[in-house]
Amino acid sequence: MIGGRGPEAASGRSLAGAVARRWRDAVTRRPRADAVTIRRPRTRRTADTRPPLVLLVPALAGLGFLVLPLLGLLVRTPWSTLPQRLVEPPVLAALRLSLVTATVATAVCLVLGVPLAWLLARVPFPGRRLARALVTLPLVLPPVVGGVALLLVLGRRGLVGSYLDAWFGVRLPFTPAAVVVAQAFVAMPFLVIAVEGALRGADRRLEEAAATLGASRWTVFRRVTLPLVAPGVAAGAVLCWARALGEFGATITFAGSFPGRTQTVPIAVYLALQTDPPAAVVLSLVLLTVSVVILAGLRERWVAR
Amino acid sequence: MSPTSAASPDPVASPDPVASPDPAASPDRAARPDPASRHALHADIAVRLGDFRLDVSLRVAAGEVVALLGPNGAGKTTSLRALAGLQPLDAGRIALGDTVLDDPAAGVFVPADRRPIGVVFQDYLLFPHMSIVDNVAFGLRCRGVRRAEARRAAVEWLDRMGLAAQTRLRPRDLSGGQAQRVALARALAVQPHLLLLDEPLAALDARTRLETRAHLRRRLRDHRGATLLVTHDPLDAMVLADRIVVIEDGRVVQEGDAAEITRRPRTDYVARLAGLNLYRGTGDGPTVALPGGVALAVAEPVSGPVFVAFPPTAVALFRVRPDGSPRNTWPARVDGVERHGSHIRVHLDGPLPVAADVTPAAAADLGLAPGTEVWVAVKATETSAYPAA
Repeated sequence: MIGGRGPEAASGRSLAGAVARRWRDAVTRRPRADAVTIRRPRTRRTADTRPPLVLLVPALAGLGFLVLPLLGLLVRTPWSTLPQRLVEPPVLAALRLSLVTATVATAVCLVLGVPLAWLLARVPFPGRRLARALVTLPLVLPPVVGGVALLLVLGRRGLVGSYLDAWFGVRLPFTPAAVVVAQAFVAMPFLVIAVEGALRGADRRLEEAAATLGASRWTVFRRVTLPLVAPGVAAGAVLCWARALGEFGATITFAGSFPGRTQTVPIAVYLALQTDPPAAVVLSLVLLTVSVVILAGLRERWVAR
Repeated sequence: MSPTSAASPDPVASPDPVASPDPAASPDRAARPDPASRHALHADIAVRLGDFRLDVSLRVAAGEVVALLGPNGAGKTTSLRALAGLQPLDAGRIALGDTVLDDPAAGVFVPADRRPIGVVFQDYLLFPHMSIVDNVAFGLRCRGVRRAEARRAAVEWLDRMGLAAQTRLRPRDLSGGQAQRVALARALAVQPHLLLLDEPLAALDARTRLETRAHLRRRLRDHRGATLLVTHDPLDAMVLADRIVVIEDGRVVQEGDAAEITRRPRTDYVARLAGLNLYRGTGDGPTVALPGGVALAVAEPVSGPVFVAFPPTAVALFRVRPDGSPRNTWPARVDGVERHGSHIRVHLDGPLPVAADVTPAAAADLGLAPGTEVWVAVKATETSAYPAA
């Protein structure tokens, strides 16, 4: 990383930290130092604007690599039977389950993640850097590993799960609640990083001004801090929701794949591919559409402000 | 300044029943001892920030306006933050009236949100997501005043500030001068016993500054509590304050009213602010021995360590050694020439560095340019010498 990224860029040298910073930069749209102005030689009047082939060929190949599979999806979509297929009960059930669980997971992430981001951004405590790194760990952790970890802790014989079962009769794994837990586990870092970045960017002196006017810390948070970082919270919530919607590995490990109960759209896509490929294509198209809508919305409302 | 607020008699003197902490006591303040008058500030501030040490004592009576004047980095803003409760003291004590706000030795610290102190911040720090009226009502809302009442009081304050038409705007829609007045209204709306202003005019352009300064002066005169104003601009300090405390490098170097400070500066910084030449020397009757071997004749006999000050207008420049009185002349070389209003300020090197003001015509006659050799003459009657101890 080459200089000029602000003091916080120096903190957290872990991979998780690097990923976190990248996300924070993407979300808060901080200018990056690696943008360099290239000065053209003055002597040549017919400027050689063609990029060298050595760069152009891999660049175009890379673009194709990212775009072609999506085009393939569109080409193979059974457009004529699309409406009927979309309203088939198993498809509808998977869609409904995905929308509900992703939304609940996002709500859980907001309730827990915004205060967590505030803690990380505003309250100095020993081990804060470690906490920050741990929070971002699920970003780089393979989701399957996350699912296994959740099973070990919240499963029927798990560290916490056994008590949940013994004391409250709550058995989490392989229920819709488990889907929410798996999605929230994987998606929360997106929200925390976005909100923390927004909090660090917000002018703390406004909070001090509010304090001098008699506002308690809670009032300051509610009436000044939160409104100031609202765009960051919204962007984080959308990213969080999109990540929860696409969750596969942790969900199938921790919640299984029971149609109508824990079989979300990504899992349904995977299973349909073996029995009914056109159905898989239709469901994939739905997820692709949601992603494109979110990307467009994010760009227009928060990123390209 | 809007014509309405300039023309109307000041309504601010009538206390706002909503804003008063004790509604029963406020409606007829004139008949009772003014509650704010009991709240004099008595602060001994000691703060360490890394290598910087701040150690100042401030006394501000109720109704008095004191300016804390000093160069950047002198500790002005840190003092203000300590008073506001945003920077805890390392040692010392802050008391407002009978209430101790910070006393590390006694383990007392009243947090910012429980101090009866209003702050106008340097760039105003209006809440960008709230309307102007909600900004002003914010403090009252935090003190438990109901929404409708707080808004009504806020509208009254804005009316007094000549901003009745702007209540629904957002801070970003305001000019600098308007934002300053909103910030002042927001701080005053809670009727603080102590009002703190951090460089209240620094963010304004020259023209707006002139108008806002006049407006601010009226508002501060009406404020019944103590007022402490932090500034690096001597003009702001002289126009707005009853008394000036000069701090440099975390220490109070001089204290007094504007006339006293400009007449008898005690440091280079103050002298430069006042536009005076200032030297430290040893008095010996009618002359003062200054560094560089210059013996300066002064108006009144002095002895021992003294300061000698004279304005640049008291310095005359000559091509050749002037005839007549041989005293207070020495050769010098022009170091720099700059335009200063209608006259030319000449900075001179030599045994004694000195600033002189001459007319443009005289500057042309003398052919003044950096490097020109001239003779300096200072009239003894225009010098003032006073004890340095």
